[in-house]
Amino acid sequence: MKPAVRTGSHYITGDVACAEGAIAAGCRFFGAYPITPATEVAEHMAERLPDVGGTFIQMEDEIAAIASILGASWTGVKTMTATSGPGFSLMMENLGLGVCTETPCVIVNVQRTGPSTGLPTQTGQGDMMQARWGSHGDYELIAIAPSSPQDCFYHTILAFNLSEKYRVPVLVMADEIVGHMSEKVVIPDAKEITLVSRPKPKGRKDRFRLYEPGPNGVAPMPAIGEGYNVHVTGLTHDERGYPSMTVEAQEQMMARLKGKIRNNLDDIIHTEEYLMEDADIVIVSYGISVRTGLTAVDEARKLGYKAGLFRLITVWPFPEGRIKALAKKVKAFVVPELNLGQIRREVERCAFGRAPAIGVPHCGGWVHDPDDILKTIKEAAR
Amino acid sequence: MNEIRFSGYGGQGIIRCGLITGKAVSLFDNKFGTMTQSFGPEARGSACSSQVVISEDRVLYPYITRPEILVSMSQDAYEKYEPELRADGILIYDTDLVRLKPLRAQIKVYGVPSTRFAEEMGNRIFANLVMLGFFTGISQVVSAEAMKKALPGLVPKRFLELNIRAFEKGYDYGIELLAKEKQEAQKEAKPPEKPPLPEAKKTPPRKAKQ
Amino acid sequence: MKPEERVEERNPIEDFLRMDRIPHIWCPGCGIGTVVTSFAEAMKKSELDLDKVAVVSGIGCTGRVAGYVKFDSFHTTHGRAIPFATGLKLANPELKVVVFSGDGDIAGIGGNHFIHAARRNMDILVICVNNFNYAMTGGQVAATTPLTANLSTAPFGNFEYPFNLAYLADACGATYVARWTSLHIRRVTKSIQEALAKRGFSFIEVITPCVTLYARRNRLGDGLNLLKYYYDKSEMKHGADTRTVDIDFQGKIIVGKFVDKDKPTFLECMNTHLQKTLGDKYVPYGVKP
Ligand SMILES: Cc1ncc(C[n+]2csc(CCOP(=O)(O)OP(=O)(O)O)c2C)c(N)n1
Ligand code: SF4
Ligand SMILES: [Mg+2]
Repeated sequence: MKPAVRTGSHYITGDVACAEGAIAAGCRFFGAYPITPATEVAEHMAERLPDVGGTFIQMEDEIAAIASILGASWTGVKTMTATSGPGFSLMMENLGLGVCTETPCVIVNVQRTGPSTGLPTQTGQGDMMQARWGSHGDYELIAIAPSSPQDCFYHTILAFNLSEKYRVPVLVMADEIVGHMSEKVVIPDAKEITLVSRPKPKGRKDRFRLYEPGPNGVAPMPAIGEGYNVHVTGLTHDERGYPSMTVEAQEQMMARLKGKIRNNLDDIIHTEEYLMEDADIVIVSYGISVRTGLTAVDEARKLGYKAGLFRLITVWPFPEGRIKALAKKVKAFVVPELNLGQIRREVERCAFGRAPAIGVPHCGGWVHDPDDILKTIKEAAR
Repeated sequence: MNEIRFSGYGGQGIIRCGLITGKAVSLFDNKFGTMTQSFGPEARGSACSSQVVISEDRVLYPYITRPEILVSMSQDAYEKYEPELRADGILIYDTDLVRLKPLRAQIKVYGVPSTRFAEEMGNRIFANLVMLGFFTGISQVVSAEAMKKALPGLVPKRFLELNIRAFEKGYDYGIELLAKEKQEAQKEAKPPEKPPLPEAKKTPPRKAKQ
Repeated sequence: MKPEERVEERNPIEDFLRMDRIPHIWCPGCGIGTVVTSFAEAMKKSELDLDKVAVVSGIGCTGRVAGYVKFDSFHTTHGRAIPFATGLKLANPELKVVVFSGDGDIAGIGGNHFIHAARRNMDILVICVNNFNYAMTGGQVAATTPLTANLSTAPFGNFEYPFNLAYLADACGATYVARWTSLHIRRVTKSIQEALAKRGFSFIEVITPCVTLYARRNRLGDGLNLLKYYYDKSEMKHGADTRTVDIDFQGKIIVGKFVDKDKPTFLECMNTHLQKTLGDKYVPYGVKP
């Protein structure tokens, strides 16, 4: 076997960096179906997994892909799939199964432009709300947005760690540009990479209850084949994991699913701030739009505007608290994104009328012209 | 900041050119290099291209906007991308594959018979490396050492030596050409032979699709 | 007899069921429970390490099976039991993975997964309870409904050609294919035992009565009447050409073991091939040193 962590400096695409991040994080099962612009993640996993004692399978469709990684995850293995818009849509039902059964796994969505087949080879950020609400029902999950190949490496590891820690599917919401561009990616020594694994049950097997929460609200998770005889269902279930068709059981289950995320926001939410100390116009952005946003902030500063940038690394759960706090002191938010205002609405909701959230709408297919963002900053400052 | 576009037709190793250059500056020249390429139906057409943005600081905007260096290895690619070249840009081309049209006044033009050189070395597949060497010599945006160091992993192992030789051939040719140019410039400080032409086409706006 | 003197009458198959979940939800006279009994019987007789057995179901009346068997068991989404099982098996090749689901689940919504798992010779056993309809949702027409049978979404009788599941499995490469009815309790048990002892994609179809919907709507009587129909009309033909085993409405049901052959499984093919192409540096996957 070869070393799993390819320590050193590489010049690779975001897709390949995602795959390397996954392998460094300990991912040993990958099931996927080809789709531009995520195919290269699968291609790289197909080549790498045999090196490190893992399995790759190209499934018959994306529904099968996500089903396979959920199944594989229950054997105690870290698992991932990668897709884009149309495949992401197909995955929605089983994404809900993953949430409901608290199955750790990572789903990479290298976003392209929709709706439907859209612009298959061009970038977009139109799946952000689908990432949050795409599966039926009410639930919480985690989504992270990388802005560069280097991010793809680290954020995939972060995704695995959060997924394992909180027993929840984590989405890596990349996009075509980040996935396809090549940049320098530094992979550190294996021992410098912090890895988290799902909590394991201790104590007597016959007293074990599948969904009895631990201290942080997350229940320990046994692996299949260890003799726990667990029953796992997408039906509303009690702490034993048994179906329970009552309003109370539904409330309890939802409280746990929600609580383990909402009560650990500080640990889950990762953000970055740029020139925010004195900023009165704040760009809120994520993914590839962070880069055009930063360009615009630099230009704006040169012209004397007090612009800053608030970057969402974790997009879901949304950093409501920070936006609320900012709304009290800034003049306006500017939200450039490659859709017609999905996250802008979130910012607007959290700002609660205290500061406007102005979009820089873009239908996708290309990145923003930083001048367009700059123009919006200027208008917002007026 | 430097913005470079490599262009030609599919199969010439145009994407490789971008990758090698990006890797060279990023890993061995201590700069930042972001490389993008066209995908999909666009990439399957006759004109294929890869783009590299090189900078002393981290690259934010990932695409080239108005390239100052255009490397053309086919007529189609040349005609497609020449208009976006900066008014004071550098055009580098394969003299056997591209027939130049009247050019804008300040554009500097350097030609190399890269495909012919490669054929002389035994295989035209090395043409892109000859061109890369030539580009390195002329443009001076990346060091020859870094470029050579970037090759392993991006060219087949068994052809590494030949690729390096092809690179050096192009590089030396470029350096010689520059030296000659300098000499001539010193000899006669007379005006350019060609009368300056009006700007051929308007340079496209920044967000033009590439 | 005082209660404490009573000899505890305990059915030995209870060890394989989640007795804390009984009573089950199935209708009286439903055939699904019978198949579960056969399955438990097979598990009792098997030499397998039962901790290494996993049962995966989709959604449907039959999909509830996973909730009643005392193994690591999964009640997944409609049609997706097979790919879920594929993940389990590939990530832990030591497991014996059994998919237990309905005809709609396996051959309707999940048909694509079914044919591909068979094609790959994925090492799993699929037990399909074929009750000729979508029972859980109230008796709609299915991909297995015989011509002319009446169902809620075929109120004037079915006019779509049905699947012959045995032929489908065979054509796609399954290495073990058998069909029984829920009358053939011991045969089903034996088939499950045989299939579990094999490596490769095994498919066992069990025709079972859905008394509440299919039978009632088609005026076929109660559970007993249906078992009588199975008794009268089933014809055992081991090794029958699967092309000839179609089922007509209330017609002959050819049962038996149709296919029993050996060929390398997905994992075996993967290991052999990667060892051949990558040489010694490839460590065979899922093979204990
Ligand atoms: C995606 C999806 N579509 C539809 C349903 C509704 N549904 C539940 S069970 C079922 C049919 C089950 O039929 P079958 O698999 O034959 O099982 P049976 O109830 O007959 O045992 C359907 C359509 C669902 N649960 N999920
Ligand atoms: S509806 Fe039919 S299949 Fe479902 S439990 Fe009742 S008899 Fe069985
Ligand atoms: Mg059915």
